[in-house]
Amino acid sequence: MKNGRDPVIVGLADAPIEDGKFVTKASVLGHAALVAKAAVEEAGLTLDDVDGLLTAGMWGVPGPGQLATVTLGEYLGIMPTYVDGTNIGGSAFEAHVAHAAMALREGYCEVALIVYSSDQKSLRSRNLGGRPSVLSMQHETPYGMPTPVGGYAMAAQRHMHEYGTTSENLAEIAVATRKWAQLNPAATRRDPLSVDDVLSSTMISEPLHLLDCCLVTDGAGAIVMTTAERARDLKTKPVAVKGYGEAHTHWAIGEMPDLARLLPAQKAGETAMKMAGVSHSDIDVVEVYDSFTITVLLTLEALGFCKIGEGGDFVSGQRTAPGGAFPMNTNGGGLSALHPGMYGMFLLIEATRQLRGVCGDRQVAGAETALVHGTGGTLSSGATVILQKD
Amino acid sequence: MSTEKPLPVIDHDSAPYWQAAHEGRLDIPLCGDCGKHHFYPRAICPHCHSDNLKFDTVSGRGEVHTFTIARRPAGPAFADNVPYVVALIELEEGPRMMSRIQTDDPEKVHIGAKVEVTFVKATDEITFPYFRMT
Repeated sequence: MKNGRDPVIVGLADAPIEDGKFVTKASVLGHAALVAKAAVEEAGLTLDDVDGLLTAGMWGVPGPGQLATVTLGEYLGIMPTYVDGTNIGGSAFEAHVAHAAMALREGYCEVALIVYSSDQKSLRSRNLGGRPSVLSMQHETPYGMPTPVGGYAMAAQRHMHEYGTTSENLAEIAVATRKWAQLNPAATRRDPLSVDDVLSSTMISEPLHLLDCCLVTDGAGAIVMTTAERARDLKTKPVAVKGYGEAHTHWAIGEMPDLARLLPAQKAGETAMKMAGVSHSDIDVVEVYDSFTITVLLTLEALGFCKIGEGGDFVSGQRTAPGGAFPMNTNGGGLSALHPGMYGMFLLIEATRQLRGVCGDRQVAGAETALVHGTGGTLSSGATVILQKD
Repeated sequence: MSTEKPLPVIDHDSAPYWQAAHEGRLDIPLCGDCGKHHFYPRAICPHCHSDNLKFDTVSGRGEVHTFTIARRPAGPAFADNVPYVVALIELEEGPRMMSRIQTDDPEKVHIGAKVEVTFVKATDEITFPYFRMT
C-alpha cells in the first residue's frame, strides 16, 4: 500500500571524468560538494533543504576523513540532524539508501543526501597493498597477499575447483560489460574487447588477469532521497525505493565462511526482494558490483538469478551484453566505465537513470524495476536495493 | 611504498601464537567449552563465544583450501619474490590460516594438496609459519 512517506530518489549527479581523471579542478571534498549541489538542484531543492547526510569514503584518513559526515557537513556549510557514516566498503551507498529510507519513513529526516568522492587516480593513491598488518591483518599482510585482487583470485580458484568455472566464463563478463561501455559516451574504456584479449592480458594474481580487474579512476556522485509526498512538488520524476537488505561476514579473506559462495549477497538479496514483493522475473535491469569478473559471477549466483555453481553457464554467450537476455551493468561497470575505489554509488545512479529512461543508446527498453547490489571489502559485505519506476 | 617487508603488529591476543611460532611450534586457541580450535587467536571463541580458551599445539598438517600465484607483488617489498604462492591452509584441526607455500615450482600447487608447516625466521623476534607440500 502506498504511503506519503514512502522513500524515493529525486536527484542525482556525477562528476565528469576524462581518461579516468576529474575534469574540474577541485579537492576531493570540492568534488563531493559540486555533485551534492548538482543533485539537489536537479530535484529543485537547495543544500539548505538537506537534513540527512550520508557518506563514506577513503579520503583524509587518518585525519578529518575519520569523521566523514562531520567533515563533509562542515565543508557544505549545513547542520544535518540525521547522519550515517556507515562504511562497509563499496556497498556502503546501497546500505545508505536503506538507512535513509528508514529515516524518511520514520519522519526522522525529510531530504537525505548520499555522497561519494575519490580522487585516487589523480593522486595515484590506490594503495591497498599497504594495509597495516595490525589485528586480523597481522595474519595476512606479511605473507604478501596482493590486496584486494588476491582475495578475489582465491575465491575464483575455489569456484573453478568446485564447479568447473573457467577463465573464459569470467572473460565473457568483461567483454559484455565493455559492449555496454561502448554505448556510454562517459565510459573510460570504449575500445573493442574480445575473450581472447582478456585471456591474453597480463596475469596479475592467478587466475585473474588484468582485464578481469576493474579500472582505477577518480569519481564523485550524489543521490538525493525524500518522501513520495515531498517529491510531488519537485522537478524530477521520482524513482521508488521498494526494498533493501544488507549483510557482512568477514574482513580478512581467510575468514570468508565459503569462498565459492557470497553469503552477504544471498542474505541481502532475499531480504530486499521479499520487502519489495518482487521475484527474479520482475527485474528488468541489474546493476551489480564488478570489482572483478568473479565478483559478478558469485553475486548472480547468490542473488538467485541462477543456481550456485552455474554462474559460468549463465553468463556464457554474451547473455549480459546489450541485446542479451539479461541486461547488466549497463553503464560499462567498474570494469570499463569508472571505478573510483568505492563504486556502489554509481550502480545506484545508473539504475535510477535506466528507470528514468534517459540512457540513450544504452537504454534498456521498458525498464521498470531494477536490482542494485553492492559488494564491499574483499567479498566482505553486500547490500541490495530494489528500485521501481513510480 | 616501503620496500621493508611488513611484520605483524603483535597484540595480547596473538602474542602466544607468535611466541610459539618463534620457538618452532604451531599453537592456536582451543575452546574448553565447545572443543573447537579457531584461528586467528581471539579473546572469545568465534564458534560458541566462550572465553574458556587455551593455546594448543597442533599437528601443523593440513591441505591447500585455495591459493593464488602472485605474478605481481603486493608492493615493492615483495617484488623480488614473484611469482610466489599465497595460500589459505585448512589445518587438520579445522581452522584455516593464510600463509605461503614454499616451493620452487608454483605451478605444482593445487587445491587439496597436502601440506605441513615449516618455520621461516624473518627477524630476531618474528618467525612465520609457512607450509610446504608433502
